[in-house]
Amino acid sequence: MQEKNDDYILHMKNIDMFFPGVKALKDATFNLKKGEIHSLMGENGAGKSTLVKVLTGVYQKTNGTIEYDGRLIEPKTPLESQQIGISTVYQEVNLCANLTVAENIYIGREPRGKLGQIDWATMNANAKKLLHEEMGIDIDVTKVLNFYPVAMQQMIAIARAVDTQCRILILDEPTSSLSDKETERLFAIMRKLKAQGISIIFISHFLEQIYTICDRVTILRDGVYIGEYDLKDLPRIQLISKMMGKEVREDDIESNVDKSVPEETDVIAFDHVTVPGKVKDLTMNIKKGEVIGLGGLLGSGRTEIAETMFGIMQKTNGTIKIDGTEVSVKSPMDMMMKRIAFCPEDRKVQGIIGDLSVRENIILAMQAKAGMFKHMPRSKQNELADYYIKLLRIKVSDREQLIKNLSGGNQQKVIIARWLATEPNLLILDEPTRGIDVGTKTEIEGLAVKLAKENRMSVVFISGEMGEMVRTCSRVLIIRDHEKITELNGEEISTAHIMQAIAGDYHGHA
Amino acid sequence: MRKFFSNLVASPMFSFYVTGLLFIILFGFGSVSFEGFFSPQVFLNLFIDNAPLIIVTVGITFTILSGGGGIDLSVGAVVSLTCMTLAVLMRDTTLSPYVCMPLVLLIGIAVGLINGFFITFFKLQPFIVTLGTMFLCRGLTAMLSRDSVGISNEEYGNLAFTSFEIGDCFISLGACIALVVVVIATIVLRYTSFGRGVYAIGGNEQSARLMGLRVDRIRLAVYVISGFCAALGGIAYSWIMLSGYTLHGLGMEMDAIASSVIGGTQLMGGVGFIPGTVLGVMIQGTILTIISFQGTLSAWWTKIVVGILLCLFIVMQAIVTEHRNKLMNLKAESSGKKAPKKA
Repeated sequence: MQEKNDDYILHMKNIDMFFPGVKALKDATFNLKKGEIHSLMGENGAGKSTLVKVLTGVYQKTNGTIEYDGRLIEPKTPLESQQIGISTVYQEVNLCANLTVAENIYIGREPRGKLGQIDWATMNANAKKLLHEEMGIDIDVTKVLNFYPVAMQQMIAIARAVDTQCRILILDEPTSSLSDKETERLFAIMRKLKAQGISIIFISHFLEQIYTICDRVTILRDGVYIGEYDLKDLPRIQLISKMMGKEVREDDIESNVDKSVPEETDVIAFDHVTVPGKVKDLTMNIKKGEVIGLGGLLGSGRTEIAETMFGIMQKTNGTIKIDGTEVSVKSPMDMMMKRIAFCPEDRKVQGIIGDLSVRENIILAMQAKAGMFKHMPRSKQNELADYYIKLLRIKVSDREQLIKNLSGGNQQKVIIARWLATEPNLLILDEPTRGIDVGTKTEIEGLAVKLAKENRMSVVFISGEMGEMVRTCSRVLIIRDHEKITELNGEEISTAHIMQAIAGDYHGHA
Repeated sequence: MRKFFSNLVASPMFSFYVTGLLFIILFGFGSVSFEGFFSPQVFLNLFIDNAPLIIVTVGITFTILSGGGGIDLSVGAVVSLTCMTLAVLMRDTTLSPYVCMPLVLLIGIAVGLINGFFITFFKLQPFIVTLGTMFLCRGLTAMLSRDSVGISNEEYGNLAFTSFEIGDCFISLGACIALVVVVIATIVLRYTSFGRGVYAIGGNEQSARLMGLRVDRIRLAVYVISGFCAALGGIAYSWIMLSGYTLHGLGMEMDAIASSVIGGTQLMGGVGFIPGTVLGVMIQGTILTIISFQGTLSAWWTKIVVGILLCLFIVMQAIVTEHRNKLMNLKAESSGKKAPKKA
C-alpha cells in the first residue's frame, strides 16, 4: 500500500504457486494502476504466464491475496474472472477452429431472438461491425475460423476480449504472429482502451514494443518478483540485467587468453536461412577450429538455430552449405552423416537413456550412424567406452554402470562422449553445463576449447551464462527475437557487451 | 467452376452434400432396378423401420460432437434394458404403460448420468466408461429375464400400431417421434448456447474453458441426452418388437456410430449435422430395402456395403481436412505477399 489505493485496480500480493514438484511462483507481487499499460517481463519460465493464469482463474494460487477493485477475489474459473471484468488473450490462439468467426467472438453471450434462440443474423452483423470498427478488418464472419491464417485468428481473439466489458485486459504475447502493420493497429486499439480507463497487462518479448506502448514494467525471474519500474526511468540495459539477474559492470571484461584461433575455411555456412516462426533470415558461418557462442535470452531462438543446424527443423528459405557444398537436409541422420553432432539442452528428456549402461550410451550415436543392424564387436565397444571415459574423466565404477546412477555432470560427459565417438567436424553443445557442479563446468568449458584447438573441431556453445561464453568463445552471435542482431569478436567479448548487445545498445564492429 | 468446387469441398457442409447425393443415387438405383420401389410408402418405411436407430443415432451424435474421444457404447444395451423393463413391468404389475414409459426414460437418464459423471469428474475415457455401462445394462437385462418376454398389454399394443395417414400412405407413431427428436436436436444444436457449446468443446476443450464455457456441465448433459435418446429409442424398438429380450439392440451402438460418421460427423468431435446423420441411417435402410427387393442376396450384404462406405467416408474426411488446410495456407501466403506492397 505504498500509494493511495484509489489509483490501483489490482494488487496481487505474496502469490505462491506450486505445481507438483515445482514452485512456479515464489512470493510474487503485482500491482496494476487504473488506465495504464503495464508490461510483465522475464525470461521464458520466469512465471509470467503462470501469474496471469492465477489472476484469470485457470490456476489456483497456493498462497497469497488478490485485491481487485478494493475487494479480495479468488477466481476459480476463467468464467468467474471474465464476469468481474478481467479479459484475456492467451499466448496461443485460444478459440475454436471449428466454429465461425462470429461465434468465436460471441460464444457464451450470443445475441438472442424473441424465443431465446441464438439470433444468427444479429450476431453476424455485430461481429462484422466490431471487426470493422475496432480492428479495421473486413472478413466473412460466417466462415469457420480455421479458414483464416493465425495472425487473423489472433486479431479475432483480441476483438473478442475487447468487446467484453472488461476493466483489465491481459494480452499474453499477442504480437508474436502479427505483422508490423497489424501490431500498429493493435497499439492504436490499446491506446484507445487506455484512454477509456481500462488497464492493460501486456506481455511481450519485443523490447521495442514494450518501450513504445507501456508505462510501467514488473520484472519476474525464476518465479520471484524482482521489482516494478517506470519504463521511462529504466534504461534497456538495466531491464535486461534485471531479467537475467546479472549486474552490469564495465570492468567485467574477462581475459581472452588461450582461446582457439579459427582457420579461414567454413565448416558450415547459412545464407538467409528461414524457418517460419523459429529462425528469421539467418546468415552466418562457422569456421574450422572455432568455438562460437550463441547468446541471447531464453526463448530468443538460440536452440532453434542449433536444431536447424542439426536438421531437426527444416528451413523453408535460404541455403545451408557444409564444407562449401550446398546440402538439402531432411533429418538429423543427414546431418550426422555430414559429421555434425548435437548435445541437446535437456539431457534428461532428449539425451540419456537411463536404463542403458555408460558403454551403451556412448556407442549409441555411432551405432545409429553405422546402421542399426551392423554389429560392432564387443571388444571395440569396450575399447571406445574406456577411451572416452578416460579422455573426459568420467567418474564411473566401471563402463557397465547404468547412466541414471551417475551425477548430472558425468551424464553430460557421457553424452558428449557419445557424439565425440562419431568423430564430428562440428559439435553443438546446447546448455552443456546447466545444473552441473562448478568443477565439471570448468572441465567442459576447457574441453570445448581443447577440441577446437587440438582436434580442429568447430564447437557451437550455447549458454545462458555469459561468463562461460566469454571464457570459451572466439566469436559470439547475439540472437534476439529469432534474429541475429550482431556478432562480437575476440576482444569485444565481455559480459557487459553481450548484455548491451541483447538490449540493442551495442552494435559491435560487424 | 474450379474455384466453386474448391470452396464446396472446404465448406463444413460438404459431407452432408455427399451423403445426400449418395442417398439419392442409392434410392434412384433402387427405383430404376425394381418395380414398385419408387413410392412414397417405401420412402416412409425407411423412417418407420429405422425409427429406433434414428433416435439412438441422434443421441450418440451429441456424444461424438462433444469431442475428447466422446462416444456412448451403452446405447444398444440401454435399448435392450428398456424393452425388457417395459415387458416385465407390464407382465408382472398392473401399471399403466403411461407410467412404465416415463420410468424407463428415467433409467436411460440415470445411465447417462453415470456415464457423464465418470467421464467428467474422474476424467475417464468415454470408451471405457460406456463399455462398462454397456455390460452392466446387458447384464441387468438378463437378470430380469433370460428368455424373451412378450408384451401383451392391449393399450400398449394399440400405441404400437398407431399410425397416421398421409394421402395414400401411412407413418407410425415411432417414426413421428423420431422425426420430432431430429427436429428438436437440430434446433438445439443450432440455436441454443448449449448446442453451440457442444461444438465448442468438441473443437477445442481448453479454448472453450478459457472462453468461459462450463465444459463439464455441457459434457455431462451430452451423456444424459444420449442415455435419454437410447431409452426413447428403446420404447420405439419395443413398439416394433413387442417383446423384451437380452439380444435386442445388439450391436446397435455400432450401427449408430456408422450412421453418424457416414452422415458427416467427425469422430474427433466438433463437426457434424443431425440431418446428415439421419441420412446416414437412411442410407443403411435403403441398402437393406434394395436387398429385400432383390430377394436372393443375404441381408449381410448391408454390413459389407456399410463397411466399405465407412472406410470411404473416413478417407474422404481426411482428404477434405487436408484440402481445407491447404486452402488456408494458400490464403495465408497470398495475404503475406500482399502486405509489403501496401506498406
